[in-house]
Amino acid sequence: MDPYLIPALDGVAYGLLLFVVAAGLVLSFGVAGILNLAHGTLYAIGAYMAAWLADGGWAAVPLALVAGVVASTAAGTALAGLLTPVKRGDHLTQALLTFGLALAGGSLLVSAFGPEDLPVRVPAALDRPIDLAGHPYAAYRLVFIVVALVIAVGLYLAVTRTRAGMLVRAAVDDPQMVACLGVDPTRVRVGVLAVSGALAGLAGVLGAPIIGPGPSTAATVLLLSLVVVVLGGLNSVGGTLLAALAVGEIQTIGVALLPTTAPFLLYAAMALILAARARGLLRRWSTA
Amino acid sequence: MEYRVSEQSERTIGLGSLRQRRLVAERRGGVKRPVLVLAVAAALAAAVPWFVDDYTTATLSRLLVLGLVGLSVALLTGVTGLPTLGQTAPFAAGAYAAAHVDGPARLVAAIGIGAAFALVAAPLVVYARGVYVLMITLAIGELAITVAGRWKSVTGGTDGLVAAPALDTDRGRYLYALAVVGVIVALVLLALRSPAGLLLRASRDDEARMRASGHPVTAYLTGAYVAAGGIAGAGGALLVTTQQYVSPADFSFDTAALLLLGVVIGGAGSMLGAVAGTALVFAARDWLSGLLPGHAPLLLGVVFVLTAYLLPRGVAGFDWRRIGRRDRAAKGVLWRTSS
Repeated sequence: MDPYLIPALDGVAYGLLLFVVAAGLVLSFGVAGILNLAHGTLYAIGAYMAAWLADGGWAAVPLALVAGVVASTAAGTALAGLLTPVKRGDHLTQALLTFGLALAGGSLLVSAFGPEDLPVRVPAALDRPIDLAGHPYAAYRLVFIVVALVIAVGLYLAVTRTRAGMLVRAAVDDPQMVACLGVDPTRVRVGVLAVSGALAGLAGVLGAPIIGPGPSTAATVLLLSLVVVVLGGLNSVGGTLLAALAVGEIQTIGVALLPTTAPFLLYAAMALILAARARGLLRRWSTA
Repeated sequence: MEYRVSEQSERTIGLGSLRQRRLVAERRGGVKRPVLVLAVAAALAAAVPWFVDDYTTATLSRLLVLGLVGLSVALLTGVTGLPTLGQTAPFAAGAYAAAHVDGPARLVAAIGIGAAFALVAAPLVVYARGVYVLMITLAIGELAITVAGRWKSVTGGTDGLVAAPALDTDRGRYLYALAVVGVIVALVLLALRSPAGLLLRASRDDEARMRASGHPVTAYLTGAYVAAGGIAGAGGALLVTTQQYVSPADFSFDTAALLLLGVVIGGAGSMLGAVAGTALVFAARDWLSGLLPGHAPLLLGVVFVLTAYLLPRGVAGFDWRRIGRRDRAAKGVLWRTSS
């Protein structure tokens, strides 16, 4: 077990990062019914902000957080505005629109920040290995794991205990009834996409030292979080968390143990789960 | 003006059926016209390589190949109602199979492998609907690229695979591709005019009613999916023949998305529109990346967005709402009495 401690911890960090990104995707998919192919680009916005603003000092951390989250929330809101004319349930047009925005947004980011993968500087105090049961481990990743766990718990409480979360769950179960109760569906949709953007941006800023900003970031993050969303059951916070951790571990321990088959494992698992649940999907997956 | 008056009078005095009969008669008499148009178009296309240089001919061959894959996407997305982002997978399977076979057997092998791949993947796809099909096919496509990149003994990995040359000149390869594409398009058009096409469209439009009438809808969808896999596999064989080289980059997610865009632009219900739309989209991408190096994705993204707004039903017009319908039903927005 000992030689796998570090990959296992890396897997947890990776999985929690994917969870925060995928939670945004689950929201937009489950509540607004939108398959947002530009979600990875929202993450990339946050990651580029971190690379741009972070200079190794503590003061830059809140600055990058605010800048990244505001920028990606704004992008998410703009996305909701652009999607307004598209009918709910018209998934093909939504997919074309969001993929087009992802292409254009990715191109704009590359022309603004250059075509190279950018390095991200974390505060000097965290930019060193610490001793963990005899193994050196990057301090930033430990801090990231704690912060991401806090975000996960906060998200769970927000969905299960607050009025907004109740509304979100209701909108997943029966959007028509929610509309009948006097809640404007457009506001729900814009709100959900803004929160989804904020989560992606937050993940981008915090996760930039793990999945750094570069031209391929958006695609990587989108595909991995899509796998997480699908494995996790599409509208359950707990399921998404479990799936994200599983994907994280497959990507780290799996690659260490079975270097040749790990990459297939991920997509094969996704395809099989989808096929097994396809009939159930049409009724509804699990509720939160 | 005259037309409007006559239409109105028909309606008021109940001559609508007469007008319908006339339309039907026109359609019957006009059967020969599209055939004629197609023949002229094919003759023109066959004459093209004598008027352009070799490079353009090779480019056109590649566009024909992608147009053929676009046809398979349209068959699934438009006719069958299974919107797909994963036809790059049987395309890749066919291409890698073709790269290992020489001579006339190449096309047959590629079609067979493409269809066999689709048969294996069919249970994953045919039970799902709407956006779930997009996600499943996306996974299948990604899985195929991953395999293509890793299975070095068969695919050559990311370095790609150089295939044995077939036919000597660009002109010859273009004409060969044109002939194969022409035959397949004709076969698909004929199949869609037959009861098979009717059954597929009916399954798309009202699955519950078809099932209630005793039709094995899942079997129909499987048949269509396997046929589309065979067509994409044929595209793979032509890809290997025309560019004599194949690598995972030929089957990327971008390619899958561009195929879908081309099909939507062409109107997913129209097979010829899909071939033309796909070829146009890839031509535009190549042209843009030559014209504005580095900025092609931006313009291409704008094209995607404009298409989503202006042509959600393609130029041929197609009722996209049908695709999402069962999703809405699944979410409880069920107004109809049937489920």
